Amino acid sequence: MKPFTYERPKDVTSALAMMAEVPGARFLAGGTNLVDLMKLQIEQPTQLVDVSRLPLGEIEETPGGGLRLGAVTTNSQVAADLRVRARYPALAQAILSGASGQLRNKATTAGNLLQRTRCAYFYDTTKPCNKRQPGAGCAAIGGIYANTAVFGASEACIATHPSDMAVAMSALDAQVEIASQDGQSRSLALEDLHRLPGETPHIETNLQPGEMITAVVLPPPAPGGQIYRKARERASYAFAIGSVAVVGGRVALGAVAHKPWRAKVAEQALAGGASPAEAMAAEMAGAQADGHNDFKLKLMARLGAACLTTTGAGDDQ
Amino acid sequence: MKTSFTLNGQAASLDLDPRTTLLDALREQLSLKGSKKGCDHGQCGACTVLVNGRRINACLSLAVTHEGDEITTVEGLGTSETLHPVQAAFLEHDAFQCGYCTPGQICSTIGMLKEAADGWASLATADLTADTVLSDEEIRERMSGNLCRCSAYPQILAAIRSAGGLA
Repeated sequence: MKPFTYERPKDVTSALAMMAEVPGARFLAGGTNLVDLMKLQIEQPTQLVDVSRLPLGEIEETPGGGLRLGAVTTNSQVAADLRVRARYPALAQAILSGASGQLRNKATTAGNLLQRTRCAYFYDTTKPCNKRQPGAGCAAIGGIYANTAVFGASEACIATHPSDMAVAMSALDAQVEIASQDGQSRSLALEDLHRLPGETPHIETNLQPGEMITAVVLPPPAPGGQIYRKARERASYAFAIGSVAVVGGRVALGAVAHKPWRAKVAEQALAGGASPAEAMAAEMAGAQADGHNDFKLKLMARLGAACLTTTGAGDDQ
Repeated sequence: MKTSFTLNGQAASLDLDPRTTLLDALREQLSLKGSKKGCDHGQCGACTVLVNGRRINACLSLAVTHEGDEITTVEGLGTSETLHPVQAAFLEHDAFQCGYCTPGQICSTIGMLKEAADGWASLATADLTADTVLSDEEIRERMSGNLCRCSAYPQILAAIRSAGGLA
């Protein structure tokens, strides 16, 4: 691990100031991804600004009938919250699908959103990766690796976003609250937080320098059933090779793109009276596989249709 | 960097390089070798300790972040004469072979039983709003962050069932 300085700010204002004063500073929350990447020297922050004790650890009702999840609420805390379990079961299921009990006790809401890809070639520092070193090339393209994107990939990057939680939040139309160093705040749809790789896969979100996530706001859930289902290579404690969140008529897919993939084609088809299978077939018609990940086309079509059938989405169309 | 926390009921003060993980601080500076370094990447659970009563992977947590925390390792659970009930259950059910994962399994079990007692759900919970009942499927799912390369899982399951008052 490379040396760094460690700071523990008292509030958001001082946290943002500490980030600005040292080039290469990074926020530290649960650290379950960042500390791991620092050991591998994939991340080499010069300063860590520990935000884990900032007063952003509460889950609150919003005036609009939703819930506001503070940025450093832990994954365990959110999944255990009775309001989340009763009103946002897809989110509780998604969080409980991820990692292990120990990791969920440390990992935070904002940290989960900002975690890096688990692409094997991102982790292999002997191979080129445009995320680690812009312009170096992508060893995953044409490499021996199956857990890559089938939507929105580019010639520079075919990595996926690994979060389960974010997929459910996408289907829930969550909003991300962001504070900036100039004292302003803004709200961004979760759908717009993460970017597709394009030519700059090292720029993963639309957060600007001097900004930090302070909360995720869940609007009242869309009417209808909810579910999160995940396919993986062992029964528990493994990243998704494909996942589906359904909230009413809203559908999001995981492990298929550089961001949680909102399945808008499927949603429109459902709204137009398509069956679950027809809706998912329409969505997957826009996917592009590269050989090793061909299996995802059938997997996602079947998993998505099963989820939509289970929740009864489209039944009343 | 000066850091103080409570370790197994005793005050501990350290002067740490900020890069030191909690696991390395426990093993190398405080000479508590019970918590094991298996993978050092949060994938095996051998380093599991309790922080403020909750289980975490000590290998992925920087020690300087634990200022003021209450940390319990396997050394703080019981004595040779008076074992913690979970330790006694692991002995009773022969829930190990080589024993390397055992301290993590035991700390994780204690954390897991507390989570269940607090009503936390898991992915194996069919009804997220119902009371927690620790079925075998629930125990397996909740303990999936602790690997045992000797594959003593049936005995570990039996020990946990027993320790949780479920046998």
